[in-house]
Amino acid sequence: MKLLEVSGLEVRFATPEGVVKAVNGMDLTVEQGETLAIVGESGSGKSQLVMALMGLLAENGSASGRALFHGKDLMRMTQRELNGVRGKHIAMIFQDPMTSLNPFLTIEQQMVEVVMHHQGLSRDEACSHAVEMLRAVRIPDPEERIQQYPHEYSGGMRQRVMIAMGLLCEPELLIADEPTTALDVTVQAQITELVGQLRRQTRMAIILITHDLAAVAEVSDRIIVMYAGEMVETGGVEDIFYRPQHPYTRGLLASVPRLDRVAEEDLHAIPGNPPNMQDLPPGCRFRDRCSQAMEQCLRRPPLWADDGGRMSRCFLPMEGGHVAVAEGGGETPGETAGEGAA
Amino acid sequence: MIDPVAKPLPRPVLRVQDLAVSFTSVSGGMLHRKQRELRAVDGISFELAAGETLGVVGESGSGKSTLARAILGLIRPSRGRVLWMGEDLTGLDEEALRQKRKELQIVFQDPVASLNPRMTAGDIIAEPLWTFYPHMERLQVEERTRGMMKMVGLLPNQINRYPHEFSGGQCQRIGIARSLVLNPKLLICDEPVSALDVSIRAQVINLMKSLQRKLGLALIFIAHDLSVVRYISDRVMVMYMGHAMEVSAKTSLYRRPLHPYSNALMKSVAIPDPRRARELRQESWLTGDMPSPFQRPQGCIFHTRCPFRVKRCEADVPALRRMESGDWVACHRAEDLDLSI
Repeated sequence: MKLLEVSGLEVRFATPEGVVKAVNGMDLTVEQGETLAIVGESGSGKSQLVMALMGLLAENGSASGRALFHGKDLMRMTQRELNGVRGKHIAMIFQDPMTSLNPFLTIEQQMVEVVMHHQGLSRDEACSHAVEMLRAVRIPDPEERIQQYPHEYSGGMRQRVMIAMGLLCEPELLIADEPTTALDVTVQAQITELVGQLRRQTRMAIILITHDLAAVAEVSDRIIVMYAGEMVETGGVEDIFYRPQHPYTRGLLASVPRLDRVAEEDLHAIPGNPPNMQDLPPGCRFRDRCSQAMEQCLRRPPLWADDGGRMSRCFLPMEGGHVAVAEGGGETPGETAGEGAA
Repeated sequence: MIDPVAKPLPRPVLRVQDLAVSFTSVSGGMLHRKQRELRAVDGISFELAAGETLGVVGESGSGKSTLARAILGLIRPSRGRVLWMGEDLTGLDEEALRQKRKELQIVFQDPVASLNPRMTAGDIIAEPLWTFYPHMERLQVEERTRGMMKMVGLLPNQINRYPHEFSGGQCQRIGIARSLVLNPKLLICDEPVSALDVSIRAQVINLMKSLQRKLGLALIFIAHDLSVVRYISDRVMVMYMGHAMEVSAKTSLYRRPLHPYSNALMKSVAIPDPRRARELRQESWLTGDMPSPFQRPQGCIFHTRCPFRVKRCEADVPALRRMESGDWVACHRAEDLDLSI
């Protein structure tokens, strides 16, 4: 069953240099209980996409499009309605647990408040529920540790606390924005395992946002690869890892340093830098860094699709796919820059 | 004295001997003042030859950054010696140490935060030249700056741009150019790629590798991830709570690590292969967190998290000792454990 259905989502920011379109027409769905990874580098728009869904864009940002959650459009909700959804039905955890936790309150104070507010439990009930959640994310001695302040926790434990807080109201959707990026590899492995466990043991859907494709191999069901504000490829986890179609996805996979293979002399690198979103090149946005760029890449590439939900936006034909949308002329950055913020 | 050298190498340029750094932490109020000692680096020894790269790997709190700063004299060590070309840097006064910085340089982790936002790329790169050679001709400085920019893969015509006009990867290139502008002989890179995107990470690692070859630098490359240093190191030192757990040649470490902690770090690296990653996921056997640095475990410092610990590990501190292979390990059970990957 479709839990979340996003279509035509655009995110714009008004800047002194003009309007920047950070997300350019994203479509995505999240099924109940599935884990979707959104992968892309800094500036790809992956975080802004979910911030827009949660109504958390910065003041100079605006979003348009549709995002149906249980058939209700998140984009048209009032703050009040959104507050009823956030935390309770959709929870979000951020990259840096230290800045998301209040340093002046004990973990108990921070957790209990949420449960009492959303679930109308008494203080005692809320407290024992919070302890249960800490136990579920494997915080040792949760009854005692819940009395402590965030600074008394290590980085990995804080991220577990954040996950526990996200889970408090048993949300149907958990959004995690780079949950492991600021952590040591050993802790990354522990958090990944925890997410894997949640994925197997609950009916909760998860959206994982990351710049590191390797980090989501173990726990995702489907993957969307974003580049410069757009989806460039999407498919099941095995499609993306074993049969990547888009040159950007292939480049990302090849640049992961790995220990499970004999090391080659040099690590494969994608040359160049992501484009400046204020000054996008016409045609394919990845063209300047692509080893397979051709003359026609100066035009907007077509979107290929097959019947299984696999898509790739490139002039190179997709294995088993057909052209879903030929966007030959397409919009050029010049046109969008002239539009005001919606 | 311990000199972990894997194979005979050209004469070492850097010799670190039993280096230790302690910090004093003061807590409590005026009446309940408590002073506690935190041993961030506790007896590290190694040698490094010109043109050689030592990878240093460990979790946060392992003391790897403190080690880097102590080698450069940015922190005064509480014990031990840092011999640079035979001269002990720990005995030098501020000015003499400052002069040595022409030869010893560092690249920091956060490429954006470590650059002054109000200086142009050119000024950032040239600043060490102005500092050490105040009488250098303006034209000469500019020429050298442009040359450095080209060498690290920046366009010389970006010389008048400010840091915010560059991407994270480009900012790190500026940092590298600045650290190399004085022609140093030793470069320490403190997690230079941790803050970068995966695709850009590979660019910077490859750049460091080629610069190291071209300039014959002795390089210390610090990371928290064993997969990152694999591509650049000749030898790797694995650190835990201020101690060296293992110092091994790259070729042997990645095939058969000697220390359970090295093995644990390796198993933590995500595998970009969904089927294998799901097969291999046992209960991650490195449980728990690093103990508090104020409550250092007795015996082997790693024993509280080690799945292979025996009685002896709780009492006896294992010395860093040389194995037949020439690699060094601090583990009582190194001979009878087979940690092959």
